[in-house]
Amino acid sequence: MFDTSLSWGDIVFLAQGAGMTLAVTAVSVIAGTILGIFCGVIRVQLGPYWSIPLTFVLDIFRSVPLLIQLVLANAFQSIAKLGWPPFTTSCVVLSLYTAAYCTEIVRGGIDAVPLTTRRAGRSLGLSWWQDMRFIVAPLATRVSLPSWIGLTLGVMKDSALVLWLGLIELLRASQILVTRLQEPLFILLICGAIYFLISFPIARLGGYLEKRWSPND
Amino acid sequence: MIEIESVHKSFGKLEVLKGINLTVNKGEVVSIIGGSGSGKSTLLTCINGLEPINSGKIKIDGTEVHAKSTDLNKLRQKIGIVFQQWNAFPHLTVLENVMLAPRKVLGMAKSDAEAIAVKNLTHVGLAEKLSVYPNRMSGGQQQRMAIARALAMSPKYMLFDEVTSALDPMLVGEVLDTLKMLAEEGMTMICVTHEMAFARDVSDRVAFFHQGVMAEIGTPEQLFGAPQNPETQKFLASIR
Repeated sequence: MFDTSLSWGDIVFLAQGAGMTLAVTAVSVIAGTILGIFCGVIRVQLGPYWSIPLTFVLDIFRSVPLLIQLVLANAFQSIAKLGWPPFTTSCVVLSLYTAAYCTEIVRGGIDAVPLTTRRAGRSLGLSWWQDMRFIVAPLATRVSLPSWIGLTLGVMKDSALVLWLGLIELLRASQILVTRLQEPLFILLICGAIYFLISFPIARLGGYLEKRWSPND
Repeated sequence: MIEIESVHKSFGKLEVLKGINLTVNKGEVVSIIGGSGSGKSTLLTCINGLEPINSGKIKIDGTEVHAKSTDLNKLRQKIGIVFQQWNAFPHLTVLENVMLAPRKVLGMAKSDAEAIAVKNLTHVGLAEKLSVYPNRMSGGQQQRMAIARALAMSPKYMLFDEVTSALDPMLVGEVLDTLKMLAEEGMTMICVTHEMAFARDVSDRVAFFHQGVMAEIGTPEQLFGAPQNPETQKFLASIR
């Protein structure tokens, strides 16, 4: 039944593509989350009025299709003679894209911590930073986790678009094999299975943490 | 000593405190009664600097609360406050709730903070609940935990903001008993309350607030027995 010309070398080629997908995703999600937490806290501290400029910039990253952002950023870095390799450009764009979404997730999480709870903390003498660190952060994390897991999985799949800058990630690797071997269904099946294998542990980790925290809430 | 001198406070155009003067001496228990919106609770949040004031002065042992040079985080260690909503930290156990501030604010070692937490929780009758999460307890128990949490900082003053208002009637008693116990131990307390029997039994002085003004203040006998101000008379008549 499985009469395929897919060779062992091709599997390694796909695995390398998956490695690239993982690398782009990991860098972007980590950088984007750090930036998103930073922007989210600023957004809450400034209030809706003073953070309008920040929100506006982030809205651009959220509303312009990622593909356009990638192409424009690549053109920009080339015009500005920054000399960024496609990997850097991809990570920068995806990080900003992640940060834009993450900011809203963080803001929502912080807003979900009742002001009265925070007041109780401050009234005990906790500083703003201690209140953030020991009360707001743990509670906001619980609220934000499901959305953040969703964002991470989304970014991983969206990262396929970096193939337009010439990076050979999982989807691009599959396309190359499809073109060469003319076995699209079989290869895309494998490609999809690999995406699933990467996503599944992340989704389960989220489920596990939610379950672990839930009896306390 | 807590000295409140002609304090004015507005939320936008709404003036909620219109020149409050009150001095609370060490060891004294002062209850504040009055209708909703009379400014009672606002005064408490101003006393520990959670709310800014528009004019006037509040001094705690001579330190001006709203002066720019005042380190509020430090000042607040002297003043415990317990709110109507008990505001447990839901991600921490009862013991951890009480240990948090001594450890992080006072920088105590874990074992010292734990000893203090256990002592205060035992004091309010929660010795058996140390490793329980707050959501597993009744409102009355959570409120007593909040009192222990404030006491763990060894405050000189305690402010109670309608601490029994959000409780089931059957749970009010246990919290009031805890407050009575503190009063008998000589804690300086300001209690905003709707529990008239409590105000009468425990307070050294009772103040009646009406529309942002302290309409009357006196001993419980004077205020409940022979109120002078017509608004006080009206209020007391309405709740009897």
